[in-house]
Amino acid sequence: MASVFMEGNEAVARGAMAAGCNFFAGYPITPATTIFNNMLKMLPPRDGVCIQGEDEIASMGYCIGASMAGKKVLTATSGPGISLYSEHISFAIGSEIPLVIANVQRLGPSTGSATRGADSDIQFMRWGSTSGAPVIVLAPKDAKDCLELTVHAFNFAEEFRCPVFIASNKEIGMTKESFDMDDLNLPPLVERTPYTGTGPYVPFAADPEKAPPFLPIGGTTLVRQTSSTHGPDGYITIDPQIIAAMQQRLHTKLTAAMDRITLYEETMVPDTDTLVISYGITSRAVTDAATALAAKGRPVSTLSLKTLWPVPEALLAEKAARFKKIVVIEMNLGQYVNEIKRVLCGKPVKFYGQMNGTMIPPAKIMETIENE
Amino acid sequence: MNSFLNTSRPPVFCPGCTHERITKSLDAALIKMGIPDHKTVIVTDIGCSGLFDTFFNVHALHGVHGRALTYAAGLKLADPSLNVIVTMGDGGMGIGGAHVLSACRKNMDLTLIILNNFNFGMTGGQYSATTPSDAVVGSEFLNQAEIPMDICGVVESAGASYVSRISGMDDGLSDELVSAMKHKGFSVVETLGLCTGRYTKRNQLTPKVIDQMIEQRPSPGGVIEKNQRPEYGDRYRQLAKEKGKFPDPFVVKKQFDMPDARRHEVVILGSAGMRIVTAGDMVCFAGISGGLNVSIKNDYNITVLRGQSVSEILLSPEKIGYTGIESPTVVLALSDEGVARRQKIFATLSPDTYVLKEASVAIPDTPAQVEEIDFKAMKIKKTDWALASLAVLAKHEIVLNKDMLVFALKSRFNEKVFNLSMETVNKIL
Ligand code: SF4
Repeated sequence: MASVFMEGNEAVARGAMAAGCNFFAGYPITPATTIFNNMLKMLPPRDGVCIQGEDEIASMGYCIGASMAGKKVLTATSGPGISLYSEHISFAIGSEIPLVIANVQRLGPSTGSATRGADSDIQFMRWGSTSGAPVIVLAPKDAKDCLELTVHAFNFAEEFRCPVFIASNKEIGMTKESFDMDDLNLPPLVERTPYTGTGPYVPFAADPEKAPPFLPIGGTTLVRQTSSTHGPDGYITIDPQIIAAMQQRLHTKLTAAMDRITLYEETMVPDTDTLVISYGITSRAVTDAATALAAKGRPVSTLSLKTLWPVPEALLAEKAARFKKIVVIEMNLGQYVNEIKRVLCGKPVKFYGQMNGTMIPPAKIMETIENE
Repeated sequence: MNSFLNTSRPPVFCPGCTHERITKSLDAALIKMGIPDHKTVIVTDIGCSGLFDTFFNVHALHGVHGRALTYAAGLKLADPSLNVIVTMGDGGMGIGGAHVLSACRKNMDLTLIILNNFNFGMTGGQYSATTPSDAVVGSEFLNQAEIPMDICGVVESAGASYVSRISGMDDGLSDELVSAMKHKGFSVVETLGLCTGRYTKRNQLTPKVIDQMIEQRPSPGGVIEKNQRPEYGDRYRQLAKEKGKFPDPFVVKKQFDMPDARRHEVVILGSAGMRIVTAGDMVCFAGISGGLNVSIKNDYNITVLRGQSVSEILLSPEKIGYTGIESPTVVLALSDEGVARRQKIFATLSPDTYVLKEASVAIPDTPAQVEEIDFKAMKIKKTDWALASLAVLAKHEIVLNKDMLVFALKSRFNEKVFNLSMETVNKIL
């Protein structure tokens, strides 16, 4: 057996390289900085561009420009940086600019604790933009996931032309661990669909359920890109019908493909009445707790979500159907549990959350389950 | 090419707005440049100046207020063959000031046209970063409490390699724009103009007054000699080329049978400068070489060479779930600062836990077995205590053995450092 030994942040960088990333711009922030450090080692030898923006807003601006020129771009930050990214995240959502954003979460609010982890921004990533149009958020639970999910993130960004978040956490990003490279399961790479039509290029003409085909700024066909509400031609519009169709498409292009976007792991144990749902670093403590509970003769089933947004509603409904009790564990005071309650309307959902800068230990999870 | 103007989108400015003149001059400049339409991008942000991209048949990128330079930089880095022109008002320049300064320092080959008309036209004539203190604007009295900034002065001192100031109504504007575009580096052309819709109604500003303003504060004249240097993208690509080869991931192969292949939790308590993190890595390399899964977390202050340095290592034949320390099997107490940081664990240790305590370090009461070692008396430097304590573990065959330690040192260090480390290790073994 040969194992690699790396922290989650390095794994994100390696995943980005495996996905064909050729542009990175970011601004230093603990605990995300080592993604930038790694990209700075990896991109230049492969003719990629890696730069440090003068701030987070600029970093995202650089990424937007480069993505529109056809590059596969990555940026990395933590909560305070996501706050500043917000205006450009909206731009990328509304103007269908592929981007991958690694959010190595730390304890908030505001500057919070730079060196303490929490799944602080689960709702913020989804709703931290104007309009409410959806984004994709993937949550890794370990270094290997960081690598694999980053490749998925690039694939989704390319296909759906939207920002994709990697909801990492200080506890994954800055923990070094071993894993077997032979176990890696990387998806085949997806590239954004180029426009191949014969007629004049209409930059935002698309099927109602899809992202528009792409042509780069700088190619022989002129491209028009705008942050403003636009029609298929890329010019600002106030036509309600055109606006409505575009807003709807931003939703539908993701929800229609929900099945493919939904990534998860499960351990379904026959004859168990409890399903424990979790994501990220917390899933690992849930696995330990489940093993210990099984040894005590009180087995439970577990579902670890890797796709948090759009909410995998069908999956949750299907997986939860046969269970009497649902337990949700989160490294915050309850952000995603509200989505689960919404989807499983009426079903009893028990919750344990913790927001103190430390991981939830398996004993706490066992206690929550046993004290029902 | 006759004109780059988009005939289906004619300019929509207020009558007499200088922006219209500038639109025509930019078109004339693009014609003089003689490069094909698809090699030019016009990047804009918000305000009346943000309409520019729609009037031209070239590539267009319109974005958020004050950020146009950032998109332009991304485009230019991604495709150095593009002629990238940014238009921005005095409003965009004010809100995006950090980007303007950064662009000046970088010297990327972009052309920034600042359309200074001394106010925010589109939102109703509020004051901007360039509004004179005595102007009558839509922000009541607020501009009277500030002074306007001198755009050319600021960008010149920030390192722009081409800076000029010109009336937007000047017949020479298109030639000026051509020389700015041809300049290889960051060019700033400040145009002064009339906002007939919002500003000139309440303020005495005429083409003549603008000419006088320019006479009083003459143009820096284009190329700024003292700021001449290589273009950012060229410099980046040159430096990138000198960078080493792509770093491969660190791989460790299983090659030993662990002396004690069960789950171990190792805590190293030391101080910054004691090479605690390196020692932690060594334990991990040793563990992987023994076929185990490992994880390590480090806790140290951001202040360099001050404060605690703590490593928490898990080694397990099973896949590691929870990465926190629950019941340590080994604690290496190498400094008071480190011990203070994990004070609470000592009382919770099991009688099976092996604690190694350097003679000078005090630890709280603990049910664990404690071995005290006087590294100082053995003439081992403090910076080598962490390494020496690994040698003690190897001697007892706890977590690792000698072969595994030697393997770990060899994997991590060059020959010289390896030999030095072995001197320390051999003092123990
Ligand atoms: S508001 Fe001022 S800047 Fe805007 S179009 Fe009218 S005159 Fe020109």
